This record gives sequence, structure tokens and C-alpha cells, in this order.
Amino acid sequence: MELNTLDLRYVEIGALEQFKPFIGKEVRIGEYSLAVFRTSDGKLFALENRTPHKKGGPLTEAIVSGHTIYCPLRDLHIRLEDGKVLEPDTGEVQAYPVIIENETVKIGLPAITLT
Amino acid sequence: MGQQRKKLVLIGNGMAGMSVIEQVLKLTDQYEITVFGSEPYPNYNRIQLSYVLEGSKTIDDIILNPRAWYEENGIVLRTSAVVTKIDTINKKVYADGLEPAAYDALIIATGSKPFVLPVPGADLAGVIGFRDIHDCEVMLDSARKYRNAVVIGGGLLGLEASKGLVQNGMDVTVVHLVDTLMERQLDKTASDMLKAELKAQGIKFRMSTKTNELISDGSGRVGGIRFENGETIEAQLVVMAAGIKPNTDVAKASGIQVGRGIIVDDLLRTSAPDVYAVGECCEHRDVCYGLVAPLFEQATVLAKVLAGQDTQPYEGSSVATKLKISGVDVFSAGEFLEKPEHQVLTLSDSWKKTYKKVLLQEGRIVGGILFGDVALAQKMTKWVRTNPVMDEEMHGELFGGGCCGKENAMLSAASMDDGEIVCGCNGVTKGTIVSCIQGGCTTVDAIKMSTGATRSCGGCKPVVEQILKYVLGDTYDGAAAKKEGICGCTTLDRDEIIAAIREKGLTHVREVMHVLNWSNPEGCSKCRPAINYYLGMLLPEEYEDEPESRFVNERLNANIQKDGTFSVIPRMYGGVTSPEELRKIADVAEKYRVPMVKLTGGQRIDLLGVDKADLPKIWEELDMPSGYGYAKALRTVKTCVGSLFCRFGTQDSIGMGIALEKKFERLNMPAKFKMAVNGCPRNCAESGIKDLGIIGNDGGWELYIGGNGGTKLRKGDLLCKVKTDEELMAISGAFIQYYRENGKYGERTSEFVERVGLDEIEKAVVKDTENRKLLVQRVEEALARLCDPWEAVLHDNAQRDQMYETIQIPAEVK
Repeated sequence: MELNTLDLRYVEIGALEQFKPFIGKEVRIGEYSLAVFRTSDGKLFALENRTPHKKGGPLTEAIVSGHTIYCPLRDLHIRLEDGKVLEPDTGEVQAYPVIIENETVKIGLPAITLT
Repeated sequence: MGQQRKKLVLIGNGMAGMSVIEQVLKLTDQYEITVFGSEPYPNYNRIQLSYVLEGSKTIDDIILNPRAWYEENGIVLRTSAVVTKIDTINKKVYADGLEPAAYDALIIATGSKPFVLPVPGADLAGVIGFRDIHDCEVMLDSARKYRNAVVIGGGLLGLEASKGLVQNGMDVTVVHLVDTLMERQLDKTASDMLKAELKAQGIKFRMSTKTNELISDGSGRVGGIRFENGETIEAQLVVMAAGIKPNTDVAKASGIQVGRGIIVDDLLRTSAPDVYAVGECCEHRDVCYGLVAPLFEQATVLAKVLAGQDTQPYEGSSVATKLKISGVDVFSAGEFLEKPEHQVLTLSDSWKKTYKKVLLQEGRIVGGILFGDVALAQKMTKWVRTNPVMDEEMHGELFGGGCCGKENAMLSAASMDDGEIVCGCNGVTKGTIVSCIQGGCTTVDAIKMSTGATRSCGGCKPVVEQILKYVLGDTYDGAAAKKEGICGCTTLDRDEIIAAIREKGLTHVREVMHVLNWSNPEGCSKCRPAINYYLGMLLPEEYEDEPESRFVNERLNANIQKDGTFSVIPRMYGGVTSPEELRKIADVAEKYRVPMVKLTGGQRIDLLGVDKADLPKIWEELDMPSGYGYAKALRTVKTCVGSLFCRFGTQDSIGMGIALEKKFERLNMPAKFKMAVNGCPRNCAESGIKDLGIIGNDGGWELYIGGNGGTKLRKGDLLCKVKTDEELMAISGAFIQYYRENGKYGERTSEFVERVGLDEIEKAVVKDTENRKLLVQRVEEALARLCDPWEAVLHDNAQRDQMYETIQIPAEVK
């Protein structure tokens, strides 16, 4: 799902060094639960921390390969850029934009106020 | 389409009739179609009932056209509808409880019925045929409740039924009237080879035996069977598979001409106007067919007749047969018993367990049998139909005359007609496959997805491969299309990867994938954990385990549950605990509000529903080693009470269990590894279904390997008996190391033992004492550097933080 970029508010979630390549990290921001992944090329991606499989479950513990992950519960193959589930399965999980500014990681979320 | 559409009615919702309808739909839209089926299901693949019985497919899997398909195509489907009469003058079909259905054209495709032996007791409960889903369900249900089954008839159907029942745990005896199994397709030599093979798979045989009576168990169910010689055996299930007879009841009742079957001409017309018959219910040129290929051929002709298109008349089929039993390849076509006018060519190889026989008449191929190696089945089918003169090249292909087999395979794919059926189960022709390839399919899998060919029994896979190769020519990537690597990222198999790691001195997962040209540079969830294991096994001293190449459970040392919480199972050696330990576990469970505390099947305590962030804290407070309930490693050693307390115990099973568990815990293996030690043959800790099960007796210990109590229940094989505890420890270690070094990642010992063979394992770890010593030495090396993973996490703050902690940011969502 395409997010309306005008609505997004970038929230600081931590220092870049907190995110190790290949090891997902759960980030809870208010009611949001996100799975943040750092890939081998140094990029960061954030997905809603919930597998699109109808039985649910988290994504943080996935195996990371290139710009994709393998769901830890049922092995769905999911693209990090847009959250699309790759063949032979189908589905989609919400992806959120991540930016790195001065070694600080920020995630763009709609409808959010920090408290 | 102003004019009214004509009414087409089909009696019999089976494979033959529905094949006609499917083809009619493709050719014309002039018909309004109604289908009557006596079974309560939509159209299903009757041939695959064997797979349903065997357990490899479900009923849903074999449904060919679901009800929605009928709706989409505007077909009225009447299931559980038994047609009683056809009024051939006023053109109406009468079914029980339904309005009469008028027709302009009518197809009778009522199939056949099992032939029921006319013996006393044939009407008892528990006596069935093997024909439809209902029979299949009765058989599966009986297998759950009863022990002994008898299958009357050693033909194709009877043998498939027997294998299915054996697979479901029944004790099965096949009773056959003559001394040759499948005597309509095989000679004595092939039959004896088949019998030996099936005996090895657990089926018993009574040949040349006539059944006289089925005996009641007193409650109206069959309880046994009495033979002509007076002998009786027990049977709570009797399957009649002594033949089929065309189901002609409706035709007969309606005055349509019937011989053995409903008589049809070369355009499948019966004696009544606009009434046709196809499939097993009909008789064409004095022949009634009982196999699927002729049905498809008849259906193709009839569909064209109904669509008003030109067609070659149906002139009969040459019948070829394949047995659908896994692990047994048998093929027969045309003539197979030699007569004076035949020249006979045979090749029998009792080492490879193969047998080939080809019969020539005046130099032309008229039939033959293939046993064990059926690669040429497709070609034989064609030859038996076209009767070519045997030449040097064909002889070479059949019997290996030094010709290059590959060239010949290409010739055969080239010379097949487009209309020739390649996949008999799904009625897929060579032409369909060729156009699928021309449309862009380049692998057998792609062809399977698109056409259905190879989807069912898989017997036609070699031919599909040949066609693929023939059509694609130079662009055919044989290696990619044919070879199966350990996953989609590579075409290399386990042995090739291990060899390359050794030869090239590879030391990291990434390096392996890079040097061996992985198509997916960072691998996938299948190969990365496998390579990580292989490297660790090959380089116990120096390999640094890669958590990022581990599946979640082994990365986090806990078992992930469906909601993302984890479970914690602390080690309790031999299943023995103490009041202090129990108190500690209870305190932790209360403190962390563990939602469930449960005993596991392996005699341990499981704390379920733990948050990831709480895992290290819980481990710290428990202060017990990891129980490895999440790992491809030694899970538990179950023990019985043994000689310490039990009045029957002959050995100290608890002591031995604890010693074994302490010795081999934490060692990575290809798959999870379960053990048990029992103090006497009563086997309370269930050693018979463990990867390594040990049973004590007065004189020592027995070691069983390859048992499994899971998805595929398997009884362990006796590896050896030993007298001393030292020998037990050494052979256990040697077997574990042998499995570590030779198992495929993910392969349980139950599969491993079957793949490698018990003899081979026995040789390596029991008989060859030198080799045993080396294996023990290597397992000691691997054991030397292991430590408790929970404790390791507690001493590594960075890891604890990275792997287990969540980042929390307070915020409000609008």
C-alpha cells in the first residue's frame, strides 16, 4: 500500500549502530509494532511487524537475504521495499519509509504524535 | 444466439464422461448440459484413489472439477442421482426423485462395478470393492479399527489396494486364484519379481488359492475367510478386486443393446438413436476396457462427433499398463505371453532387479514387459500400437547395444505424434506440451503448472523432459531443468556442496554461496541454515557459527509460537528432577506470569507464552542449562524407572540415560535427535520410535536406530547388541557422528537409515572397529568446544541487547 507522503511524520528510533545487518529489530512506537531490518548493503527497511499470513505472527525474527526476508513462522518470502509477498505465496504487508540522518534512524509514520 | 440450444445429458459423472463434456465445451457452445452422478461428489480422478488410500493425497486433491466449475460452465450437476431408465423414444432420462430430463443427445458413461465373488458371506459388512471414494473411506476407517485385511485378486487394483492398506498399518494378505500376479499383464518371471518386491514391502500372498466362503464374526461383519482347502484366516476387511464388470443396468433396462458392455460402433453410438456410450461401461469391437488411456481416446472421438466435426473413427486402443505403487515400476503393453509365432527377446538382471521382454511377430514389435526400469514405457506403448519392424537402433535402445541412449531419446520425442497422450492421468497430449513450451515454459515444473502433465503419478516426467529438450534444442538448460539442488538458489546437491567446501577450503556461508555461484547471492531460508550446519560439522575447531543463518529458534535458543511468544524448556537430564528444581521453575513461572506450564512428550517441563525480552531473565533465574527443545540437536533422553525402583528393571536406565544426555547434549545434527533408554523389554520409554533407542536386558543393551513417532511413524531397526556400558557409549557416539557427517540437513534418522541402508551403517559403526574409533574421535572433537547457549547469552550484553530487546518509543496515534 502506497502511503501518502504528505501525512508522514519522521520519528527518530535510534542510532544506526543499534541495527545489525541481517538481524531484525522490533520497534514499538505507540501502537505501532514495526520490524526493522538492515540489509548487507547498509540500507534499512521497516515493515509492519505482522506476517500477512492469515494466521498472523511477527516478522522481526525473519531470515534476511538481499532486499527480502523469509517469514519466521511460515516461510513467506517478502520484499522489503514494498512489503509484497513473492511467489508462490501472495499477500502484502505495510512498508514504511526509513531515512538515515547523521547516523540516526528515522521512520515515516502517518497519524502520529510523540508523547 | 437466437435459436434454442440443444440438450446434452450425461449419465455418469466420472472421468470418461466428463472428459467428453470438457472437450465438447472447447469445441462448441450449442449444448445445454446436464450431468447425473450417483456419487455425492463432483468429478474426481478415480485413478488416484490409490493415493488417497496411501495417504499421499486427500479427497480434495483428487477432485478434478469442483462444483463451481460446473456453475461457471453453465452445467447442471445432479449428484447422488441414480438414473433408473431412459425413454429412448421420447428421449427422456428418469432418475429417482427428479423430474425427467429431456435430451437431444445422451451419453452413457456409467463405468463399471467390482465383480463380487458369488460366495456365501459376500454381503457381510466389511466386504467391499475398491472403486469409489466411499470404498476408500471404508478402508481407511477399517484400518483404524481392525488389524487383518484380505484382498481377493492379485491384479492391478488389488495390489494397489493392498499396498495402501499396508501403509495404513493393516496386516494384508492377497488371495489370488492363479499362480501369477497381474496375469493379464505379466508373465511368470515378472510376476515373481513383483511378488518378491511387494513381500519386502509387507504384503503377504496366497497364490493359486480359491475362496469358498466369507465367515461372519457373529455380529454381521466379516471375521474371516475360508479357502477351498478348508483353511481359514482372520479378516475384518475383505476387498473384492477380482475384476470389474461394465455397469450396464440402465442401458439394459432401457432396451439398449448390451453384450458384456453397452455395444458401441466406431463413433461410440449405441443401438438407440442419439444415445452414445464411452468408457468402462461400453463394449467396442468385442473389447471392454478398464484402463484410463482408451477412455480418453474414446472421449476425444465422441466430443468431435457431438460437436459435428470430422473425426477419425475410434478403432480400438492398444492397452498399456503401469502399476501405481511407489518403489515398484512395472509396465506391460500388447502381447506379453509368448506363442509359437513369436520371437522372444528378454534381458533379466537379478542384481539390478530389472527385466525386459519384447515379443516380435514376423519381425515386428507386438508387445512386451518392462520391470524395474520403465524409462522406455512411452516408446513401447507407441511401438506396440504402430508395430514397427525391430531394427538395430531400437534393439540398442531396448537392450543397450552400445548406441548412445540420449540421441535415441531425442528421436523418440521427435517422432511422437502431436495427438499422442503423454500424461495418461490427466490426458495431456504431446501437442499441448509443445505449445506450452513454445508459449515460454522452460522447465518440467512450469509445464506441470500450465498443463497438469506429470502432476499425478509422475510416471511421464522423463518423456516430458525429452519433449522439452527436443523443442528447446540448444537453449535447453539440462542441468537447471533436471537437477535438483538443495534449494532454488543452486543446482548443487548436498554431497557436491560438502565436496566443494572440502576441496576449496571454504569457511563462511557467504563464501560458499559466492564461490559456488548461487543464483541468489545471499541465499534463502533453506540453504543458509544448511551451509551453516555443514561448515560447523566439517570444521568443528574453527568455524564461527552464524546466527543470521540460523532459523529463529536456534538463533534465539527458544521455540517461537504462533503469536510470536516463545517457550522455555530447561534441561532435566534423563527426565529426572528434584523438589528444589520444581520450586525454582514454579517461582519463575509465577513471577513472569507464564501463561502455560506443560509437560512435554520428552519428559520435560515447558514454559509457554514467554515474551522475547523476558527470555534471558528467565534463563538467569532458572539457572538451569538449555533443554534444546528448539534445536536440530539432541532433544531429550527419555528414560523409564529401571532397576533403581522398578521390580522388572534389569538395567539402570536412568543412570545410563543421564550419562548419554550429558555426553551428547548441545551437539548440532542434521535434524532433531531423540533418544530413550529402557531398563527392560517392556519399553515404557518407547525406544522403538526414537532416533536412537536403547533397551536393556539381563545381558547388556540393544541399540535401535531410525525410529520415529512423528509424521511418518517408523519402527527403529536393531543396529546391534552390546554387553558393556562402554561399548554402548562408543557405538552411540559413532552412530551420531556418522549421521552428522552423512545426513542431509533436515533429514531425520528415519529417512537417513532408509536412504543409506542399515547394512552400510552397521558396517561403519559396528563391524569396522577401526572406523568406529575414528568416528568416536571426531565426535569427541566436536563435543569438546560446546557450551550452554543460555549462559553464553547472559554473558554477552551486546548479543542480549541486539537479539532480545525491543526499542520502545512512547507516542500517540491519532
